[in-house]
Amino acid sequence: MISRSMFMAVLTASVLAAGAATAQDPAHRPGEEAVEPYAVADANAGATPFTGTEMLEAFHGQAGIDRIVDSMFDQARADTRTQGIFVATDMVRLRRTVKEQFCYVLGGDCGYTGRSMADAHDDLGLQPADMGALVEHLQNAMTAEGVPFHTQNRFLAKLAPMRRDIVTR
Amino acid sequence: MDRRTIALTLFLSALAGGAEAQSFIPDARAGGKLLLTGGVSTVEGSGGGGIATWATVTGYGEEDGIGANAHATLVDLPDYQFRTAGVAVGLWDRVELSAARQEFDTGDTGALLGLGQGFTFTQNVIGLKVRLTGDAVYDQDTWTPQIAVGVQHKMNDQDAIISAVGGKDDQGTEFYVAATKLFLAQSVLVSGTVRYTNANQTGLLGFGGDANDDREAQFEGSVGWLLSRNLVVGAEYRTKPDNLSFATEDDWFDVYAAWAVNKHLSVTAAWADLGSIATFDDQRGLYLSLQAGF
Repeated sequence: MISRSMFMAVLTASVLAAGAATAQDPAHRPGEEAVEPYAVADANAGATPFTGTEMLEAFHGQAGIDRIVDSMFDQARADTRTQGIFVATDMVRLRRTVKEQFCYVLGGDCGYTGRSMADAHDDLGLQPADMGALVEHLQNAMTAEGVPFHTQNRFLAKLAPMRRDIVTR
Repeated sequence: MDRRTIALTLFLSALAGGAEAQSFIPDARAGGKLLLTGGVSTVEGSGGGGIATWATVTGYGEEDGIGANAHATLVDLPDYQFRTAGVAVGLWDRVELSAARQEFDTGDTGALLGLGQGFTFTQNVIGLKVRLTGDAVYDQDTWTPQIAVGVQHKMNDQDAIISAVGGKDDQGTEFYVAATKLFLAQSVLVSGTVRYTNANQTGLLGFGGDANDDREAQFEGSVGWLLSRNLVVGAEYRTKPDNLSFATEDDWFDVYAAWAVNKHLSVTAAWADLGSIATFDDQRGLYLSLQAGF
């Protein structure tokens, strides 16, 4: 009979093997788990940035973006509809890369160092209803930050087409 | 391998097989759509605005879910009262099934028309809509709208009176193509539908008539401006045939506000101009609709 400890040992060994085979990516930061190497490019952000400073100002700059992203993921992890998505997620890295992405798309002076939306989501198996719930978390976060509704929609219009890469089933 | 190992292996394979089979069963998650993006219920029971059908599939189910709702609508006109109630189901954001019962109450006007005090026309409408392509909400990097086709079959209960006023049939079938697009960056929704129909006053006065019996293309359209996540205001227009020589039939128009209390309850209020109906002109009044569902 396969014992539980044997199973755990096999699991641990596979995780170690996977870790050893993975080189650190150029965008790796201390405190984050390693990911498979990939080509870093702003195009991975999945949207063309706004020009001018109007959008960034409406989001209260980097500090506002940080609050919005943190609030969005705090809600997503507390919401029974979406908390299961994040059980194996490196939240340190996720929060950092999404803050970069939002800053880049809103026209801030940021580069995006994360993976493409397709690469970042291809193993997650997200469903359309997950996407809807995450958009609601973002809307709540933007409203709490005081971003006007019509400005929120301008930003959401940039993110909306990413659904094709985010939702995989 | 001992017997217990074999049993465990068999059990695990069965579980894996079960999981495999389960992936072929469609998901049924409720509430995947964003507030108001399923539309409200038209007077014919289909998902859309109030008098214009949209390409959206009713309810809050996304492609991984189902939605359903019930509605009741009252249009209080100077010489008539128009009431509808119905139920609709949206399946995996692909197929919409709807059923509605319309009552057109002539009240005091019934006596003046020689029909009798409080005479009421009733009509049942069953509808099927299929989304062909596009996503009205998420396809924000293209001008392509969400497109759906649909059919509505309408059965009126007043064959004798319809014949007396020159109508040809007490039941009819209409076909339509609808295109709906949310321009999210502008917070504006635009929808247009071409309906192939010969219905008189949407079928309440029958189908075809002494002036014209053929189906023809008619247009219905909505625009909406999103004021917040749960409030949209806008206007609608609907062209109609004019098949009966005894009375002119006018196009319909309304200005509306739809408020979603949450994903289970919405209220739509409008000022509707239904023009001349059965020789009584200027039928303008309050439109009020409640929709409950998920």
